Amino acid sequence: MNFQIVRYMLGYVCYFEAGFLMLPFLVGLIYREFHAGVSFLVIAALCVLLGLLFTAKQPRDKRMYTKEGLVTVALCWIVLSILGALPFWISREIPKYVDALFETVSGFTTTGSSILTDVEAMSHACLFWRSFTHWVGGMGVLVFILAILPNKGGAFMNLMKAESPGPSVSKLVPRLRDTALYLYGIYMGMTAIELVLLLLGGMPLFDALALTMGTAGTGGFAVKNSGVADYTVYQQAVITVFMILFGVNFNTYFLLVKKKPKQALMSEEVLTYLGIIAISVLVITFNVMPMFPNAFQAFHHTAFQVGSIITTTGFSTTDFNLWPPLAKTILMILVFVGACAGSTGGGIKVSRIVIMIKGIRKEIKMLLHPRSVDKVRMDGRPVEHEVVRSVNVYLAIYILLFVVSLLIVTLDEKDLVTNFTSVAVTLNNIGPGLEVVGPTGNFSSFSALSKLVLCFDMLAGRLELFPLLMLFVPSAWTRSTARPLSGKSIKGIVKKVGGRGNHVQ
Amino acid sequence: MQIIIVGCGKVGSVLAEQLCQEGNNVTVLDTNGERVQQLVNEFDIMGYIGSGISFDTLIEAGVKKADMLIAVTPSDELNLMCCLIAKKAGNCQTIARVRNPEYSKETDFLIRELGLALIINPELAAANEIFRDLRLPSAVSAEVFAQGKVEIFKVPVREGSPLCDIAVQDIAGRLNCDILVCVVERGEEVTIPNGTFVLKEKDNVYIVGGPMNSKDFFRRIGIESNPIRSTMIVGGGKISYYLAKLLTASGIDVRIIERDAAVCDALNQMLPEATIIHGDGTDKALLAEEGLDRVDSFAALTGMDEENIFLSLYAKTQTNIKTVAKINRIAFDEVIGNMDLDTVVYPKNITAEYIIRYARAFGNSIGSNVETMHRIAGGRVEALEFIIRENAPVVGIPLMSLNLKDDILVACIQRGKKLIMPRGNDAMQVGDTVVVVTTRSGLRDIRDILGKSRAGQ
Repeated sequence: MNFQIVRYMLGYVCYFEAGFLMLPFLVGLIYREFHAGVSFLVIAALCVLLGLLFTAKQPRDKRMYTKEGLVTVALCWIVLSILGALPFWISREIPKYVDALFETVSGFTTTGSSILTDVEAMSHACLFWRSFTHWVGGMGVLVFILAILPNKGGAFMNLMKAESPGPSVSKLVPRLRDTALYLYGIYMGMTAIELVLLLLGGMPLFDALALTMGTAGTGGFAVKNSGVADYTVYQQAVITVFMILFGVNFNTYFLLVKKKPKQALMSEEVLTYLGIIAISVLVITFNVMPMFPNAFQAFHHTAFQVGSIITTTGFSTTDFNLWPPLAKTILMILVFVGACAGSTGGGIKVSRIVIMIKGIRKEIKMLLHPRSVDKVRMDGRPVEHEVVRSVNVYLAIYILLFVVSLLIVTLDEKDLVTNFTSVAVTLNNIGPGLEVVGPTGNFSSFSALSKLVLCFDMLAGRLELFPLLMLFVPSAWTRSTARPLSGKSIKGIVKKVGGRGNHVQ
Repeated sequence: MQIIIVGCGKVGSVLAEQLCQEGNNVTVLDTNGERVQQLVNEFDIMGYIGSGISFDTLIEAGVKKADMLIAVTPSDELNLMCCLIAKKAGNCQTIARVRNPEYSKETDFLIRELGLALIINPELAAANEIFRDLRLPSAVSAEVFAQGKVEIFKVPVREGSPLCDIAVQDIAGRLNCDILVCVVERGEEVTIPNGTFVLKEKDNVYIVGGPMNSKDFFRRIGIESNPIRSTMIVGGGKISYYLAKLLTASGIDVRIIERDAAVCDALNQMLPEATIIHGDGTDKALLAEEGLDRVDSFAALTGMDEENIFLSLYAKTQTNIKTVAKINRIAFDEVIGNMDLDTVVYPKNITAEYIIRYARAFGNSIGSNVETMHRIAGGRVEALEFIIRENAPVVGIPLMSLNLKDDILVACIQRGKKLIMPRGNDAMQVGDTVVVVTTRSGLRDIRDILGKSRAGQ
């Protein structure tokens, strides 16, 4: 394990966190909330200090292998959350640190589960920070850093792999930095479009900004106690459409930008995703029809809720906790399905589900024809056995983590539905669950232990399990015994392309 | 520059690494998914799994926007085919590795008719390298141009050398050989000398010449060049064949020891002037019998790296001769460098370096006609090779009437098979290959060597 490079990257993360924290400080200045503003400024200064400390010494060995990548990503997200929670706490807007941490983790992981009972009592600076964590967390902090820092070597691909959701991550263009730039470019573009559409619909700027960032990151923090219920139908419709758009694999948008619409629309995953949404909306609309004055209302609210849950955003326009069991069950199933790989959403991911189902079909065929040769295919291409295997392992770990978390959370002696859904919505980065943690409820009544477990689940869900589990593998922490002579010895090998070595002694 | 590399073997990996480090956007392509994965994990490049002759795969890999495609798969035909498709699908420079001797005879035809930018034959390149090395005195190093017909040597001016205290313009006359001094390195300083520049002791001079006149030059300035008269080669592979051909052509006695009788037969047919010996090259008695102590150079070119190293070391113990060992696979150059070996040749790296040199020149000069570019004198001097095309503003004008920029020297003109060391009265003609030496950088076209007043014409 190369600790130096991990430390160095953590230093960069601190610098960037300091930069991020300046935004709510500015918001505080604008709204004359000096108390909240100053707490952001203080923590930003602290981040800079930590950054200086971590980056004081250049790492001698700049190699970054998979394990360093995974550990760096996990630690970065933990450090981001721990530091990001401090302003809530020192400004006394969230009195308990555990609660502040829960809120921040929920923000960065784009979950949207909240412990706040009264959102409107918060200062604008804090509300902005909550929503902003969604936006940064959606596409990934390290991807952001990669986009801004000058070209890093290929080994840094491990960072992006660990942070981006999906069973197999690929670059869009040869250079890692260009890929990161493309991703953030598309992300910012779409964010801007949504913001403009909401403003055109007459939404106040602050609300529009917060909701847009919440939608883009598929987070789900709103700025009103009633969630998104009080906005106009047009505004809700815009959010519905954009939630679904942000749940689509960003490769699709890249292909559209590159003017390859045919290829973009051929993606099996995206088609399945849209298909699932269409069927769910249809079934639930009929199911909830009696609860609404007319069919349009039923359709509108169903579409919003389905879009919100499958993309793991977690906004709500109505209390779906009161919906009939069929509707609730479908929504719960969507909780587990999640959005597309390579989007800002969470959950198990549509592509994993597709691969899994095709894997099952293949196994059954193997039983019928034991000697048949077959491979799982996706978009007409064979999926490597490794990928299929990793999907299966992913599901196994997922279930295990779910069961253990459920067991610990149950110690709080709440009802099964509450416990089950609270674990499900945090592990899948959704936001609201059912019963106590339903759209009108919140997570404040859980014990500190449960909140920490749910924090872990949120991080594990956002980072796709493995990076966080890496932290618990003892051998990942052993220092490599043999150190390289110096950075130059590695360069030396590279230089040896020099052809004939005229080694005369 | 967007570069696609087809084939992720040893050469492909070295290319991907180097070209990526030099700031190009590299995409690699191979049918072996594992290898692609490995490379993509290691370097900042993009990988595709698929065949280089599949049109769809090439399109997906971005051949339409690529500037260059390099085909280095194990199969000659696949490489050529791949270049052909790439050329038609996009409009990129294509480079193919072609190693079959039957094709390499037709190199010029292939380049012309298939629109390739470069064909590289690794064995031939390695043989050229070894040949050059065997002929060179050990104090001298060299770079080649115009497919080996022009060389730039670095020669130290030692105490008491005839080069001491002599003006550059007098050298050719005094020593009676046709060479040209193009760069002088004095301490930290690098100069492109004019005719009146006087050489001093401890200078390093870079001289341009063809293989033949340089030999005379070395003899006249008294550098111990002990020209080899006989060579023993162990192993009868392609490199041995090319090398033997080069050696016999320059009148050097060659004996090849080869284990396989059939190969011996074939070699005998192709190389009537060489002595082919059927036997085990690792047999000490056989080596002694064939006169290891009587030859003055020895090349171990068998298919096994370890054997080559041991053979060279053994030859050194028998008699003080020049040895060459070929190494294909072994990557421990640090260890090999510490051994008492004269010359170690890595054919795969030679191939890669050759291609990279071309890519570099091309990258420096998109839209220009720089053929190759070398950096010499610690990278402070560029030596560029141009081909003179029609309507170039330099055609037909004697060099002394050309208004050249400062720090630029036309070092050599190659016309057909003839090599001209240009003096003031010589002029460039259409179709010539010209080597220009300069301390400036960024020359893109032959017209860039002209000063302002003439450039407009």
